[in-house]
Amino acid sequence: MARSLKKGPFVDIKLEKRVLDMNEGKKKSVIKTWSRRSMITPDFVGHTFAVHNGNKFIPVYVTENMVGHKLGEFAPTRSFKSHPTK
Amino acid sequence: MARIAGIDLPKNKRGVIGLTYIFGIGRTTAERILTAAGIDADKKVQDWNDDEQAAIRTFIAENIRVEGELRSEVQLNIKRLLDIGCYRGLRHRKGLPLRGQRTRTNARTRKGKRKTVAGKKKATK
Repeated sequence: MARSLKKGPFVDIKLEKRVLDMNEGKKKSVIKTWSRRSMITPDFVGHTFAVHNGNKFIPVYVTENMVGHKLGEFAPTRSFKSHPTK
Repeated sequence: MARIAGIDLPKNKRGVIGLTYIFGIGRTTAERILTAAGIDADKKVQDWNDDEQAAIRTFIAENIRVEGELRSEVQLNIKRLLDIGCYRGLRHRKGLPLRGQRTRTNARTRKGKRKTVAGKKKATK
């Protein structure tokens, strides 16, 4: 079921603050984050996030198309190469 | 013969059913179209006169996306998912279900016909 519009998009408060601070100071650096559940808002565009996948941090460069998705969608948690061949 | 949105409609079916032969029109939309055009839903497709056909055609052209236009829109949406490299895009690429369904069994709609794997034995109890 979709999230109620009344609540607005969910973004971790700490993460949002860091992004807004960076936007204000016109700085750019990679933001390390564990917050896979955060929605990508228009403020995030152009930044690079290092999203944790449970093992490593996966660099994700946010483009305009990604707005509305969650950060976790871009850092796969499973690694399946192929079935073992005997 | 009624030809709407590039599709020949079956002529001896009721109007609501006949319209659903167009890609992008289901029962609900078909009912909406006929009400807007002021045509009885039970009227057969072959009994529509030219004015009624024109009314249906203009309503569809102005309000509803059907056939080729709709198909290309769907393809664009899928392409966006592929391009941004999100989870759903990866699943599209692999031809697996997108919404967390199980793939150990089933998922045949997405995976297609069964491919037998040589040497895979049944689990013995």
